[in-house]
This record gives sequence, structure tokens and C-alpha cells, in this order.
Amino acid sequence: MLTAILQNKAIAKDIYDLRAAMETAPEPVPGQFVHIDCGGGLLLRRPLSLCGYDNGIARLVYAARGEGTRRLSRRRPGERLDMLGPLGRGFVMDSRPALLVGGGIGVPPLVFCADRAEGRVHAVLGFRNADAVCLTEAFASAEVLTDDGSAGAKGYPHEALRAHLQTGDWARVLACGPVPMLRAVAKVCAEHGVECQVSLEERMACGVGACLVCACGVNGDYKRVCADGPVFDAREVEWDA
Amino acid sequence: MPNEDNGALSPPADLSVELAGVRLKNPVVAVSGCFGFGREYGEWFDLGRLGGICAKGLTLRPRKGNPPPRAAETPMGMLNSVGLQNPGVEVFLRDELPFLRRFDTAVIANISGGDPAEYAEMAGLIGDAADALEVNISCPNIKAGGLQFGADPALAAEVTAAVKNRAKCPAIVKLTPNVTDIAAIARAVWDAGADGLSLINTLTGLRIDPVTRRPVLRMNTGGLSGPAVLPVALRCVWQVSGLGLPILGMGGVSTALEAAEMMLAGASAVGVGTALFRDPLSALNIVQGLAAFAAEQGIARIRELTGGIRPWET
Repeated sequence: MLTAILQNKAIAKDIYDLRAAMETAPEPVPGQFVHIDCGGGLLLRRPLSLCGYDNGIARLVYAARGEGTRRLSRRRPGERLDMLGPLGRGFVMDSRPALLVGGGIGVPPLVFCADRAEGRVHAVLGFRNADAVCLTEAFASAEVLTDDGSAGAKGYPHEALRAHLQTGDWARVLACGPVPMLRAVAKVCAEHGVECQVSLEERMACGVGACLVCACGVNGDYKRVCADGPVFDAREVEWDA
Repeated sequence: MPNEDNGALSPPADLSVELAGVRLKNPVVAVSGCFGFGREYGEWFDLGRLGGICAKGLTLRPRKGNPPPRAAETPMGMLNSVGLQNPGVEVFLRDELPFLRRFDTAVIANISGGDPAEYAEMAGLIGDAADALEVNISCPNIKAGGLQFGADPALAAEVTAAVKNRAKCPAIVKLTPNVTDIAAIARAVWDAGADGLSLINTLTGLRIDPVTRRPVLRMNTGGLSGPAVLPVALRCVWQVSGLGLPILGMGGVSTALEAAEMMLAGASAVGVGTALFRDPLSALNIVQGLAAFAAEQGIARIRELTGGIRPWET
């Protein structure tokens, strides 16, 4: 699908906020992603989780870290963008209270979750340091942690999560972030018997479920992150596979 | 006033071709391993518009495949080490083939075995339920079998003969480029009764993360595909075309003109695989592009391209 870049600007160190027109029906749900041709003749597209979707405009917040996303960060408003999507299976949500747990560049899809939530939500957001903090203002209720204490409280999201699950009546946890964080979050949820959905990441090629390169260990089998996920039930994920 | 658009007046070119006795409505075939069992890309376009579909590589028993990461990008290409993840031939016949059969396109079943007997057993199980078999003796991503059959003329012949002994549809043998003399392998499988050749499978490759010093792929090495391999594929197809066996040519084709090159090198039909990852409609665009190329060049039947290369005297 060819569309136009409406905005592509830095909002934190190496973190960009891109808006692009995306006409699609049905509307995307939180946790789904788009598969983007970043430009510059790279063969493979790059999957980016949606940070939001309003009035036919997709919002993508991404880290310019690898070759593809660095090229994408240099694209300018008005340029054409080749984007497939929305793809994948997103978070399952209802009106019950949910904790959103995000780490670093795993935060953007949780913004979309908060935006679409029908019930009470609270976000626990972890970042490496103050430079990496982004999108915290997008949540009505959120707390910020950093690994080094340079912004918000010093600590890790799974520790803050544990305190919430001990005291509050949270029905589920929706999480996105680096694998060590997700693993720790899954463990804390399991200890408290709380449902946990995690959004995983893996190198992708087709993005639609045909090529089987984005495998992740789920329930004794390899599932496709792009088509069976990216959101999985944390209890079924083989964290050490 | 002269009509400057004569091309539009000529009748549309006949795009149909024949591959090892199988009629294809056009020369474009989805490549095994890049197309699953058709269900995913079936959401993007009518599978009946393809000349054929090589289904995801099958083994006798279900196979879990290799641990991730299974993919790495390379300059104009990619490495994969999927490792033949598949549900096994019986599940394919029961759950997947009926779906593919709903479309007016040729279905080619790709089979891999641990020994010649296993290949033969799979050929027997499939019988004539597929239009043809693609006998994979060239997968670089499995530890036993795979590439080892494709790299040794005697073993390649043994597998071919075993399959032919049981097969009830044409057997096309898929060759690896990871050999010193691909023509020798091609001759061996021809002698053993192959009905056609399919080439090239991926080239083995490696990428390393310079910081961690770890290979990017969990299996260390993988198979290279994409535009980077196109010239190697063309050369291999040209090299084996002298035998006169029908060829399904593949490797890095992403445009109609590249498909035309593949036919000129000697292919009767052309596989499109990795190009789909960038553009799910690339195979359809190649079908349309071939029709346009034929019209432009005054080619009445696209099959006239096959083997039409005019090599220089050297």
C-alpha cells in the first residue's frame, strides 16, 4: 500500500514519531503492526507496531537503531511510504482493569492500548535512562522507571508490577519490551495468577505468515510472530527456548 | 496518420507453457518455502492467476524446524535457516492440498527425505494428487540428507530413481548451486529418469554480528536468496539447459524482464520467491509484465523465449 508521510520527527534520542495516512477496514487493533519499506533499496521490510490510529492516520513511534529504521528516520513529510498492514494478531482487551507494562521502544503499542481501553488502565514504563524516556504523557495514569534512576524511580518494571499485583485488583497485564523484561513480567504474573499477554519481536521476511522465518517457541512448537502473534499468552511462550 | 501504438492491435500473447508434461497457464510459479501452502498470499490475490505453486517443503514426518533467529538481511538478499518446518506429508494431503486444489493452478509438492526410501515413500503417498513432485535434494538447512544428496551425482541419481519408481506424476529434481559442477549432477538425475529440473536452491552463506562475534543465524549458516543470486541462477540454468530437460528456473527473479532472462537462459517456467516478501503482488506483476514484454517484442507465444539466449562466440 502506497501512502504519504505526514510527519516524521524526533521525540527523544533516536526515537521518531511518524504519521502516515492508512486507509484500512476494519480498523487496526492495538498490538498489530505494519510492514514498512524503509527505503534506500533494502530488500526486506521492517515491522513496526502501531502506536495509534485515528481518522485514517497511523502513528508509528520507532527507534532509529538498525539500518532500516535509520533510513526511515531520514524520510521526510510528503514522501511516499510503502507499507503493508495492519498485520498480525493484537492484544485482547475488554472492560476489566489492565496494567500496561512497557520497556523502552516497547512502549508505543501500549499507547494504542491505553487509547482503546474500555476499562481502567495504568502504565508501568521502564527506560534505560532519562534520554530514552518517551510517550509517558500519552497515558492518563502512568509511572516511569529508569535503570539508572536518571528519570522517575530507579528500578525495573517487573518490580513495580509486583507491588501493583500484590495490592490492586488487576485482571490482566499487557506487556511489550525487551525479552528479559517480558520474561520477568511473565514470571511475576504467573506468581500472582494474573493473565499476561506479551508482544514479541523477531526478524521477519514476508510479515504475512508464509515464510516461517520469524519463529518463536510457543507451547512446544514454533509459531509465527507475524501471523500467530506478535501478541501471545505469556504462559505459552518458551522463554528459554 | 500512422498508428504509433501497433502493439495494442496484436492479439495478446499466449502465456501458457509446458513444464515436464504439466501445462501451466503462464510461466510464473511460486517458489517452495516462500509461499507456505498458499493460504497467506491467497488473502492478497487469486491464486488461480499463477502458473503454478510449489508448496512448502514436506518431509515424511512433521518437522519443527530450526531455532530462531532464522533470517538475516544481506546486500540485496537474505539468509534463511528455517530448516524445513512442516506438518508432514499426510497433514499436507489431508488439510492443505484440498485448499490449493480449489484454484485453477498447477500444484507441485516439494519433498525431502532422510534417505532414498523416504523420498520414495513420500512420492507413493502423494501419488497423482499433485501435478508434479519437486524432489528437494538441495536444502542447506538440515543436518542429515538435504544438500548431501544434491552434491553427489551418485546419491542424486539414487534418490531420483527411487522417486521415479513410485511416482505417479512428473518428478522435477531441485538442484543446489553449492557444487563444483552442477551440470554433472543434472546429467546424473537425467540418467536416473528425472522428468525435469528445478534450480537454483539457495547458496549457503554466513553473517556475523561484529560486536558479539556471533553468527546472526542461530544455525550459524543459512541459504542465500533474493536479487543477489540472480546472475548465479541464470548461469546455472544456462549450464544445465543443454541436456534438454525441462527447467523450472528460479533465483532472485523480481521483475518480468528478469523472468524473461531466466527463460532465455533455458527455463520453461520461472519461480518467484523472495520477491514476494517485498511485494506480495510481485508474482502477478511479473505475469502481467511478461504479457507486456511479449506484446512489445512481437512474441506470439511466451514459450518461444525458452533457451533463446544468443551467446557470443568465445
